[in-house]
Amino acid sequence: MYTFLLSKIEVGSHLYINFSDSLHLHGETVIVSSLVVLVVSLFLILSTSNLQRVPGTLQNLGEIIYDLVKSIAITQMGPSYYSQFLPFVATIFLFVLGSNLAGALIPWKLFEIPSGELAAPTNDINTTACLAILTSLSYFSAGLKIKGIGYFKRYIKPAPFFLPLNIVEDFTKPLSLNFRLFGNVVADELTVTVICSLVPLIIPLPIMMLGLFASSLQALIFATLAAAYIGEVIE
Amino acid sequence: MVDSIIAAASVIAAAVAVGFAGIGPGIGQGNAAGQAVEGIARQPEAEGKIRGTLLLSLAFMESLTIYGLVVALSVLFANPFTG
Repeated sequence: MYTFLLSKIEVGSHLYINFSDSLHLHGETVIVSSLVVLVVSLFLILSTSNLQRVPGTLQNLGEIIYDLVKSIAITQMGPSYYSQFLPFVATIFLFVLGSNLAGALIPWKLFEIPSGELAAPTNDINTTACLAILTSLSYFSAGLKIKGIGYFKRYIKPAPFFLPLNIVEDFTKPLSLNFRLFGNVVADELTVTVICSLVPLIIPLPIMMLGLFASSLQALIFATLAAAYIGEVIE
Repeated sequence: MVDSIIAAASVIAAAVAVGFAGIGPGIGQGNAAGQAVEGIARQPEAEGKIRGTLLLSLAFMESLTIYGLVVALSVLFANPFTG
C-alpha cells in the first residue's frame, strides 16, 4: 500500500491481536471500546444507585439523557410500543456518544502503541457495521414479534411490484447507517489531522469544536434512525 | 507503468467523487437553512423546534457528501485495483 499524503496519517495500520490465521481483532478498537463501555456503565450505575427526590449532579445528567432518549423513542415509535425498544435505542445512543466523545476529547496521541494509533472506536468500520447490523436485526425481530407472520406483508406494499425495492431497502438501510457514522467520524479526524499538519496552532481549534458538535449529533442521528426503522415496521 | 496510471486515475476519481458529492447536498442545505430562517423570522417563538429539526435534516444531507468521501477514501487508501 502506498500513500499520497505528505503528513503522517496512519490509515489501515492496526494493532492486531491474532487468535488464529483467519481470526484477528483490531486491538486499538477493542481497548478503546471496552474503556467506553466501562465508563458508560460506571456512569449509569453511579447515577442510578442512589436515587433521590432532589437529584444531584450525576442523577441530573442521567435524567437528561433518559428524557432525550425517551422523547426520541416516543416520537418515532408511538406511546404504546416504545417501552420495549427504549433499552436498545438508549444503548446505541450512549455507546455511539461515548465512543465519539472519547475520540474527540481524550488526547490519544500521547499513548504510544506498537502499531496503529488509539482513536474513537467508531473510527473503525467494523464497529459501525456491527451497530448497523444490530439495528437491522432488531427491526426484523421487532416486526416479527409484534406483527407475527403478517410482518412480511410489508414487502408487497404499496403494490406487489415494489417487492424488489423493499428487499433492496433492507440492505441499503444498514449500509447507509454504517457509512454515515464511519464517514463522519473519519472525516472529522482527517480534517483535524490535515489542518494540524498545515497550521498546528489555534487554527484547528474551531474545527475541533465543530467535530465535537458533529460527533454528538451523529449519536443522536444514529439513535433516531434506529428508532425510526423500528417504528416503521411496527406501526 | 500500470501502477502509476492506476495512481493517477485514483487521485482523479477521488477528487471527482468528493467534488460531485458536494454539489447536491450543498444546494439542499442552502434551501433548508433559508427556509428555516424564513420560518424563524415569521414565527420567532418556534425557534427552538425549528433549530432542532434543521440540524437533524442538515446532518442527513451531510451524510450524502460523506458517502462520496468514503468512496474517495477507499480509492485513496484501500484501493482494490493495485496489485
